[in-house]
Amino acid sequence: MAAVLELRELSQQYPGHRALNGVSLEIPQGSFYSLLGPSGCGKTTTLRLIAGFEEPTSGEVRLGGVCVNGRPPYERNVSTVFQSYALFPHMTVEGNVEFGLRQQGASEPAASVARILELMELSGKQKRYPAELSGGERQRVALARSLVLAPQLLLLDEPLAALDPKLRKQMRHELKELQRRVGITFLFVTHDQEEALAMSDSIAVMNHGRIEQVGSPEDVYLRPATRFVAGFLGAVNWIDGIGLRPEVTGIARQAPAGAVSRAATVVHSTFLGNCIQVMARLDSGEQAVAELARGNGAFHTGEAVHLYWKPADEMRFP
Amino acid sequence: MKRALGLYAAAAFAFLHVPLITLIVFSVNASRFTLWEGFSLQWYRALARDTQMLEAAWNSAVIAMVSTAIATVAGTLAAYGLWKRASRVLTGALYLSLVTPEIVMGISLLAFFQWMFRWLGWQLGLHTVMLAHVAFSIAYVAVVVAARLRTLDRGLEEAAMDLGATEWGAFRQVTLPLLAPGITAAALLSLTISFDDYVITSLVAGVDSETLPMVIYAMARRGANPSINAISTVIVLFFGTLILISERMRKA
Amino acid sequence: MSRLRFWFLLPARVWLIFLFAFPLAIVCAYSLLERGTYGGVELPWTLENYQRLFDPLYGVIFLRSFGLALAATAICLLLAFPLALFISRAGPRKNLYLHLVILPFWTSFLVRTYAWLFLLRDTGLLNTLLQKMKLISQPLPLLYNDGAVLLGLVYGFLPFMVLPLYATLERLDPVLLEAAADLGARPWTVFYRVIVPLAGPGIWAGSALVFIPCLGAYLTPDLLGGGKTVMIGNLVQNQFTTARDWPFGAAASLALMALAAGLLAVFMRSRSREFL
Repeated sequence: MAAVLELRELSQQYPGHRALNGVSLEIPQGSFYSLLGPSGCGKTTTLRLIAGFEEPTSGEVRLGGVCVNGRPPYERNVSTVFQSYALFPHMTVEGNVEFGLRQQGASEPAASVARILELMELSGKQKRYPAELSGGERQRVALARSLVLAPQLLLLDEPLAALDPKLRKQMRHELKELQRRVGITFLFVTHDQEEALAMSDSIAVMNHGRIEQVGSPEDVYLRPATRFVAGFLGAVNWIDGIGLRPEVTGIARQAPAGAVSRAATVVHSTFLGNCIQVMARLDSGEQAVAELARGNGAFHTGEAVHLYWKPADEMRFP
Repeated sequence: MKRALGLYAAAAFAFLHVPLITLIVFSVNASRFTLWEGFSLQWYRALARDTQMLEAAWNSAVIAMVSTAIATVAGTLAAYGLWKRASRVLTGALYLSLVTPEIVMGISLLAFFQWMFRWLGWQLGLHTVMLAHVAFSIAYVAVVVAARLRTLDRGLEEAAMDLGATEWGAFRQVTLPLLAPGITAAALLSLTISFDDYVITSLVAGVDSETLPMVIYAMARRGANPSINAISTVIVLFFGTLILISERMRKA
Repeated sequence: MSRLRFWFLLPARVWLIFLFAFPLAIVCAYSLLERGTYGGVELPWTLENYQRLFDPLYGVIFLRSFGLALAATAICLLLAFPLALFISRAGPRKNLYLHLVILPFWTSFLVRTYAWLFLLRDTGLLNTLLQKMKLISQPLPLLYNDGAVLLGLVYGFLPFMVLPLYATLERLDPVLLEAAADLGARPWTVFYRVIVPLAGPGIWAGSALVFIPCLGAYLTPDLLGGGKTVMIGNLVQNQFTTARDWPFGAAASLALMALAAGLLAVFMRSRSREFL
């Protein structure tokens, strides 16, 4: 697949602060690609450089194989869904969605607008103003406004952050489904690893202005390249410098044969409804959490136990 | 406690309004003296015959409208430009001009005009008054518009450009309509200040450019005259109505 | 944006240079010259005009201006605080009350000053009424003294104090007052330990907004203070007109300007600047 977007050694220097430090990546046509990282890691800066709101200190942004450095946002065929949605408050839903088409001098905007509003289930709300819409509806207008232009690439800056938790989970599925239907490449920026894992074809994990790892959700979760990636994608028990996810860490009163194991003492046990988490202290002083199914019986504080795991589940880092 | 506060507020509002209300009441007094002798519109009739007053009112109106038009455009553009990228020098100068005492601004403009005109051979007149009014109105406009801009999401212009609008297009189609209430308020403020100004105007006015405040001031210095009450009433009611209408429009 | 911004800022830059900085520069130059034989200015350069500002004759005027401005600010603060508190608690009627504060202030400063002239004159409403009621036989000298000037200043600038105070008090979460009461504070303690400190930025902003224009006032002392030279503003005007001593008038202007600018600088460094 051809790369719709390529970043080459992109760096951005602000006064007294290096926001991006040599970021390179390629985003294949038609994929759902996530930029994942903590706040301040440079993911939003990356997005702004791609959209053209800022110019990089060095490096290149290439869209469809063409370097677009120096081109203003209105000459780049990408579109952004802003975290705040940035809907024009003085225009109706229709006015917002029409806006981009009018800039292009489109001859028949009404038909395209009606089609996209239908797709986004916004028919009947054309004449409403953004202030009269629910959070979910505003988000759909923001998406419609960008998608109606059929951009080469859609940039989404934490678009789910403003929604309530229940709607946020539901929207994961709907966004992914929408991307599949329209076939436009999505570059999705988020700090929520669950979101990235649930939706993406590929994930680039960023930290301190650099890309730490690029890979499929399985790659970054199961085979993290760095300690940071391991820790950011999920909980990790660190035992003798080896990383273990709680769900593959077992706990038993007797050390099972054929597994790696360490003696430990139960610190406390927490009932979480769907599972039980037991925290234990190893003889080395390190603490580890084991997650086990409810039926496995209770462990009590102070009890002597063994933590065990399969060597294949170990995450090792240089 | 709450009652005491309410009573106090009533007294405070009386303090703010009673002087103006008495002024209005005595503008329809039949007597020349401050004794009520019955209703009469004679002072208003006197106003309508007073050609000096009418000419001054006309001058004031022309000066206020022309200077407001210029100051509103310049001040709005400045506020917008500074919102896009700050400039300490220009922002500082705008604030400094706001705190510059009128008398100081007046004599500095007078000195400037006289110095310039020595080379150009011009005279003080309506044009110098207009320039002076532009000079002190720009900062007021810029500050009012800047306050409105601070409430604006910067993402809106980015979104407009992202959707294909040029910088000018984003300004015209998105920012300007959203700024409209602020610009109206600023223009109204500039209009009132210009129409009201005596200190600076009296310094830079020429023989042909007497304004309404100058006439009122001269009459007030001479002493009693119910005509001042009448013209004051007209001014208070005119601007009061204007402000109320604009507030209504802003909320609608 | 760079090209467009240039054009956006151009009118303001033209204003800054020709209608603000350059006129002030001329005043600056005048203040360093000598008075001409027939008015106007003459070489050589001198600092004498600034030295004369410290002459007790003029020092008194500076001190009186300071005193009047300070007193006006203090009285405005005392009058405005309860009013702002009342408006901030007025619920749906807030806007009506705010309009009542703003409306007279939007009309005309000259007319509002004249209104006091009308009320306080020897033949004014107050003296006429008192004489009618036989409370006095001779009109009281209510006008043309420092008290009248102070009254005019307070009346003229009171809304400048009410509005920033209102803005801070309006944002004050009533739960904080309940919390303070719940922790055992009596109403007076709640007022000066919770309300006043939280209204701090509004108090400073209001004080600056009243003090700075009062210090440079010209019209109020001129109309209500009579023909005497009451405040710095009148001194400046007098030097440029009657006394025809431009260099000294220029020096006095710049001293006044420096005071205003200094106060502005202090104010801009404080956290109250959001109110400007």
